[in-house]
Amino acid sequence: MAIGIKDKVAIIGMGCTKFGERWDVGAEELMVEAFEECLADAGIERDRIEAAWLSTCLEEINVGKAALPLSLTLRLADIPITRVENYCASGTDAFRGAVYAVASGACDISLALGVEKLKDTGFGGLPEFGDPLAFQWWPNGSAPGYFAQLASAYQAKFNVDPKDLKRAIAHVSVKSHDNGFFNPKAHLRKKVTEEEVINAPMVAKPLGLFDCCGVSDGAAAAIVSTPEIAKSLGKMPLITVKALQLALSSGIEMGHNSWDGSYVITTRAASKSAYEEAGIRNPREEINMMEVHDCFSITELVTMEDLHISPEGGAIKDIMDGFFDANGKIPCQIDGGLKCFGHPIGASGIRMLYEVYLQLLGRADKRQLRNPRLGLTHNLGGLPHRNVASVAIIGKKE
Amino acid sequence: MVGIVSYGVYLPRLRLNRKSIFTANSWMSPGVHNLSKGERTMCNWDEDALTMAVEASRNCTFGLDKKEIDAVYLASTSLPFQDRQNAGILATALNLKANIATADLTSSQRAGTSAFITGLHAIKGGDLSDILIAASDHRITRIGSSQEMLFGDGAAALLLGSNNVIAEYKGSYSISDDFVDHYRGQNSRFDYRWEERWIRDEGYNKVVTQTINGLFEKVGITGGDIDRFVMPCVFNKISSGLAKKFGIDQEKVCDNMHLVSGETGTAHSLMMLASILEKAKPGEKILLIGYGQGCDVILLETTGSIKDVKAGENFRANLSRRKEENNYMKFLAFNDLVTLDKGIREETMHKTSTALSVMYRKKKMILGLVGGKCNECGTPQFPKMDICVNPECKAAHTQVDYEFAYQPAKVLSWTSDSLTYAADPPALYGMIQFDNGGRIMADLTDLDQDEVRTGMPVKMVFRIKLVDKQRSFIRYFWKATPLI
Repeated sequence: MAIGIKDKVAIIGMGCTKFGERWDVGAEELMVEAFEECLADAGIERDRIEAAWLSTCLEEINVGKAALPLSLTLRLADIPITRVENYCASGTDAFRGAVYAVASGACDISLALGVEKLKDTGFGGLPEFGDPLAFQWWPNGSAPGYFAQLASAYQAKFNVDPKDLKRAIAHVSVKSHDNGFFNPKAHLRKKVTEEEVINAPMVAKPLGLFDCCGVSDGAAAAIVSTPEIAKSLGKMPLITVKALQLALSSGIEMGHNSWDGSYVITTRAASKSAYEEAGIRNPREEINMMEVHDCFSITELVTMEDLHISPEGGAIKDIMDGFFDANGKIPCQIDGGLKCFGHPIGASGIRMLYEVYLQLLGRADKRQLRNPRLGLTHNLGGLPHRNVASVAIIGKKE
Repeated sequence: MVGIVSYGVYLPRLRLNRKSIFTANSWMSPGVHNLSKGERTMCNWDEDALTMAVEASRNCTFGLDKKEIDAVYLASTSLPFQDRQNAGILATALNLKANIATADLTSSQRAGTSAFITGLHAIKGGDLSDILIAASDHRITRIGSSQEMLFGDGAAALLLGSNNVIAEYKGSYSISDDFVDHYRGQNSRFDYRWEERWIRDEGYNKVVTQTINGLFEKVGITGGDIDRFVMPCVFNKISSGLAKKFGIDQEKVCDNMHLVSGETGTAHSLMMLASILEKAKPGEKILLIGYGQGCDVILLETTGSIKDVKAGENFRANLSRRKEENNYMKFLAFNDLVTLDKGIREETMHKTSTALSVMYRKKKMILGLVGGKCNECGTPQFPKMDICVNPECKAAHTQVDYEFAYQPAKVLSWTSDSLTYAADPPALYGMIQFDNGGRIMADLTDLDQDEVRTGMPVKMVFRIKLVDKQRSFIRYFWKATPLI
C-alpha cells in the first residue's frame, strides 16, 4: 500500500474573497481578490508559481470553459494550468492537483484557485445539472429536493420522530448562523433562533429556507510548496497536508437495493481512506475542528455519522448535546459553513481549507478556537444517490 | 371465431366537479347550468391522448403474451404528433416486438369503431392474428362552452384475435356521409359547431337509423334480438329515442357516462362497450355504434369465455380510482387555456433540445422503461448498462432486457420540492424501489404531498415528462403513482 501524501506538502499562502451576492464584480475580479491575498500571504513573487489548477463547476455562468479564465485574468504566462470540475468537490480536487504536483517533484510551488459566479442566473438556487439522456428520465428536481430525501429515509431507518429530526437540523443551522455572525467574509451574518428556522417557509420537505445554504459568488486560493521551501520562507508553524481523498459513486445508490438512502456511501469511504492516510485511529478524539459540506442541514447531520465521528443513529444526540458547537468537542463550521459563509461551488473546498489554515495559525480573530492541531474538510458534490465526496485533513507539522 | 379477446380502459384520476366550471363561467354562460351535474374526467398536466392510450392498452394486455400482437391501431383526433407515428410510440411504450404493423386512425369521432372494424377485417382476412386497438382523446374545449361540460378525457383498448374470444364479431355495417355537425381545422385547437336541433334531426336520427337498418338487413336480426345498445351521444335522449324506434327496451340502452366521466371522443364507443363487457353474461348480443361523418354499427355476441377475462385495472376500478378537483383554474392551466407566469427556472429547462439520436438509441429505456437483469447474479437494474451494478458481481455484458413497467414498487425516500419548476407544484419525486430488485429516482404523479408516505406501494405509469413548446416536442417517461 502506498504511504500517501502525509507531511509531504505545506501550505504557504491562502486567500479568500468575501462571499455573497457580489453584484458589482464578475469572476475575474473575484479571482484577483483571492489571488492577491494568497500571494501576499505566501510572500513570494508570482513568477515562482510553476503550475496551477482552476476549479469551477458551472462554466456556463460567467466563468467560461478551460483553464484560460485563470491564465488570462492573472496573466500567468507559459505554465501548465488545468481546469478541474468535479461538482462541489471541484475546489478540493484542484487543491489535490496542486499538492500532488509538488509531492511528485514535478514542481516546487503550485497554485489552486477556485471561483464561482452564480448570481447571474436571474433566479435563486442552482441551475439543473445533466446531460441529454439524464434530462429524459431524471426528475426535474432541485438540490434541496434530492438532499431532503436523506431525511425521509433516515427517519424511517432509525424510527425518528419527524419533530425531533426537524429540531436537530434546526440546531445545525442555528449553530452555523451563530458562527457566521463573527466572520466578516461570510455571506450571511445574522443570528437566527431555532423557532425561526423551524417555522421558515418550506423549500423541499422537510427542509425550510434556513435548512438550505446560500448561493454565493466568491473565490478562494492556496499556494503550496515543499516543507523545505516553506521553512526557507520562514513559515512557522508549518501547515502540512495529512490526507487528501476522493470517493465517487459507482451507481450502487442509484441502481442497487443495498443502499437505504439514509447516508452517503462515498463520504464513509473517503473519510476512512483519509484517516488511514493521516494515521488517525480515533477521529472523534483526534480531529480538533471540521468544515463539512453543509449544503443542507440534513446533509451535515448524516455527515457526522458518515465521517465516523458520531455513531450510526447518534448524530441527533451529538448535535443536541452541542458536540459540534463553537464551544463543543469538535467545532464544526466555525466560519459559518456553506450555510452562512456561502457556497460558490468551485471555491468552497478551498474556502474550507482557508478557515482551517487560519485557525491552525491562530489568525481567526473573534472565532479563534483554542489551539487546534488537526482539521478536516469535507465536500459532497452531486446528490445523495450519485456523488463525489472529498475529505482533506491538514494540520500543524509536529 | 373472430372477436374481442380482452379489453381495457383508462380514465384520468382527476375528476373535475362540474359545479366549479359553472361557478366560474355562469356570468357569461348561464345556459350550461343544466349540464353542470356530476363530474368529468380531466387529464393531469402530464397526460394526453398517447399516455392514456398506453395505460388503457396496458390494462387490456395485462397478463397476456404481448409477443403475439402483430398490429397496433391507434384512434384519436387529439394525438400529440402530426408527423411522427403515435401508434409507433404506443408500441414502443408497450415494449412490443418490432415486426408489427402500426397505424394512426384519425380525423373523426368514429375513428375508434373504424379501427375496430379494420382490425376485425384484417384478422378475418387471415393476414394478421392478434391486433391491439386503442382509442383515446384529450379534449380541448373553449372556456364557457357546452362541450367543456359534456366532454371528458379517456382511453379504451381492445385486443382482437381468434383464440379465447369473449365477444364474437357477428357483422358490421358502415355509412360514410360528410355531415358536418362540427369540425376542427388543421390549425385550430377548438371545434366549430352547428345547431344542435339540426344535428339531432338530420344527423343522428337519419344516419344512425340508416346504418342500423343496413346491418339488421345484412345479418338478419331485429331490434328485439339486441341485449345491449351501446351508442355514445352527449344527448341521452337521442340514444334512447333511437333504441325505442328499433324496439329495444330502455334498460338495454347503455348509459353515456355523462355524470361520471363525460364523453371521451373516439374512445367513447369502446369505453362504453368495456363498461358493458364487464357485467355481460354469455350469449348477449351487443349493438355498438360509432358516429361521425357517417356511422359504424358493429354486432357482437358474448361467449362463455366472458367470465374468464381479467383486465389489469378494470372499468369499475378506473371509475373509483378518482380524485376530486374543484379548482377550475387548474383545469384551464393543465389544458394550456391560460397564460401562467412560470418563472425563469421553467425557461432553463428548454435550453437544450431533446437529442433525437440519444432518444432513439435509448428508446426502450425511455419509452418502454426497459432495464436490465444480470444473467450472472440475477439483479434487475435500471438503466441497463454494460457492467452489472451489484457490487458483489460487476459482470460485464451479462444483462438481458427486463421490463420494470409491470413491477410492484414502493417509495424508499421522497420529497415535495417547492424550489424547482413544476407544472403542478410542489414537485413530488423520490427513490422508487422495486419489490423484485432495482430502483429508479422518479417523479410521483396524480397525488398530493399529504398522500405520500415512505414505504407506500406505487406502480409505474407512462406520462409526459416535459412539453417543449418552442420546438413543439413532448418528452415522455415513466412516473410512479399510488396503487389504489
